Amino acid sequence: MFKIITAVVARDLRLAMRRQADIVSALFFFVIVVSLFPLGIGPEPDLLRKLAPGVLWVAALLATMLSLPRLFADDHRDGTLEQLALAPHPLGLVVTGKVIAHWLVSGLPLALVAPVLGLQFDLSREALLVLTFAILIGTPALSGIGAIGAALTLGLRGGGVLVSLLVLPLYIPVLIFGAGAVDATVTGLGGEGHLSLLAALTFASLGFAPWATAAALKIALE
Amino acid sequence: MKDRFNLYRFASPAVFYPLAGALIPYFAAVAVVFGLAGLWLGMLVAPTDFQQGEGYRIIFIHVPASWMSMFIYLVMAFWAAIGLAFNTRLSGMMAQALAPTGALMAFLSLLTGALWGKPMWGAWWVWDARLTSELILLFLYIGYMALTAAIDDARRADKAGALLLLVGVVNIPIIYFSVKWWNTLHQGSSINLAKSSMATTMLWGMLLMAMCFWMYSIAVAFMRVRTIMLERERNTEWVKNLLVGGEK
Amino acid sequence: MLEADNLECVRGERRLFAGLGFRLEAGELLYLQGKNGSGKTSLLRMLIGLLPPEAGEIRWKGQSIKSDDFRADLCYLGHLNAIKEELTPLENLLAAAHLADEELSEDDALDALEQVGLAGREDLACKYLSQGQKRRVALARLVKEKRPLWILDEPFVALDVAAVDWLAGIISGHLQRGGLAVMTTHQLVDIPAGTVRELRLS
Repeated sequence: MFKIITAVVARDLRLAMRRQADIVSALFFFVIVVSLFPLGIGPEPDLLRKLAPGVLWVAALLATMLSLPRLFADDHRDGTLEQLALAPHPLGLVVTGKVIAHWLVSGLPLALVAPVLGLQFDLSREALLVLTFAILIGTPALSGIGAIGAALTLGLRGGGVLVSLLVLPLYIPVLIFGAGAVDATVTGLGGEGHLSLLAALTFASLGFAPWATAAALKIALE
Repeated sequence: MKDRFNLYRFASPAVFYPLAGALIPYFAAVAVVFGLAGLWLGMLVAPTDFQQGEGYRIIFIHVPASWMSMFIYLVMAFWAAIGLAFNTRLSGMMAQALAPTGALMAFLSLLTGALWGKPMWGAWWVWDARLTSELILLFLYIGYMALTAAIDDARRADKAGALLLLVGVVNIPIIYFSVKWWNTLHQGSSINLAKSSMATTMLWGMLLMAMCFWMYSIAVAFMRVRTIMLERERNTEWVKNLLVGGEK
Repeated sequence: MLEADNLECVRGERRLFAGLGFRLEAGELLYLQGKNGSGKTSLLRMLIGLLPPEAGEIRWKGQSIKSDDFRADLCYLGHLNAIKEELTPLENLLAAAHLADEELSEDDALDALEQVGLAGREDLACKYLSQGQKRRVALARLVKEKRPLWILDEPFVALDVAAVDWLAGIISGHLQRGGLAVMTTHQLVDIPAGTVRELRLS
């Protein structure tokens, strides 16, 4: 079982390495969007500190959404997705591999850059730590749930916007617990509750979402 | 299930079309009766609320609409599951026929919630847990309608929409729980129904209005599903006979 | 070994075919013919298991094709090349074999690429190859292919005369080793084989 997952992850990572522009541009999107908020709201440190968790999380959601079409569209276009569906392995496992690779390439960089951006908002060291950790464990859920949307909209017009419409409502729990963890840390209540719920969401979505995604892919491949 | 063979017959659009057509007037009539009864109770009979005055009467629209918006989504998810499991054509058509009415109920709930909230809280929108969840439900409806509209092939649209509904139904409890959590942590305001002190007449009024909305939804869904059937099956014999025969 | 029973296909709102059936044994080739839009591609997609038929059943070695075992015996080549442009021909061949759980040594892969005339280009990313060369990378998969059932959608399209002969030889060799093949094509190609069956869709 793990052999096929690692094979798919290795394949997708190798492909991503040869197409680095895609990854870097999504990362820069994250940075730019985060920087837009102070420009729109004003540079008051107190206000920014309060808004920071929400702003960073919303930007992370949007950056992930931007990279979702890449998950299946390229493979669909050149026929390799069909071959993946015809491989003698359950499609759900193949999808799990693709989701993990997607997170490594899209979600993990966000978690690494987030603390730097958090400094722009004057977050305390403790808050930055919790923020980074929250984004680290929350972004896999975003990739997993997003994969369902990407699979349902495979090959359709209006791609990017349609995926957002489907997937953003499903992202809301991740947003609430992810940003809430940082808020709770800042107000002194402790973010453990939020982080545990966030971790639970991630495990649940990585466990179930690949199978819903596989079903959606089969519908799209008919 | 001794009736199983008979029930299967009604899964055929050709059989269901005239049946639905015959039933629509009855559902419409019952809806009107319930509506009149509910409005009479709600507008005239139920006592004036001590704190909120006459304005509170909008709950006789707001609460039934919320109930129906949730109920219709569950019914759609039910048809989605049936359609995916048994590969029936009618289930997908039924789900698509129900969607606009469900979205309407959700929108109505939000609108009346705002109209209720303004005199009470002084703001058109408060981030109450229930209203926020209702808003997200509206997003789920719109997502479903957008997805099915974007797919040209009717069968693929049905199946993809069905999958989306099932994913949505699983997520709704999670979303509701997280929104409640968010609301309590941020000490948001909430619109209280004070259920414990609710007069029986008020409850009856809301139930009657809920029945009215339910009958209305069925009538409208039947009308819509007939249109969908005609459109999708336009190349089949039974539709061609129908149009040639000049039947309504 | 490959059996189709009472297959029905509905696409959009049209019924393309119904009551279709056939049997294919080891060493046999099935030619699928019919005008464009007659349902050839749909039938192929049913045979590979990606399109569920409206009615009917398909069996491989007596069992339904819905099992994982079927896909382990299946090699499908469609219109699209199924190669990644960022990878080299060699990497593409090795990746395809790896995904199919097949053993393919680097030497064998290089040999296959040489047979299709891509010697010297094995290490060039496929995006730098011409369309014809990319097609040949896709066809190179068949050279060392050991899986018994081949389903090919118009494999001879855009090939020159020499290439057509070469591919006919590859398919013939596969059939002689006891393999089965189902093929759609607009050009009738002479493939030396045991039994050739034809199925015409109207």
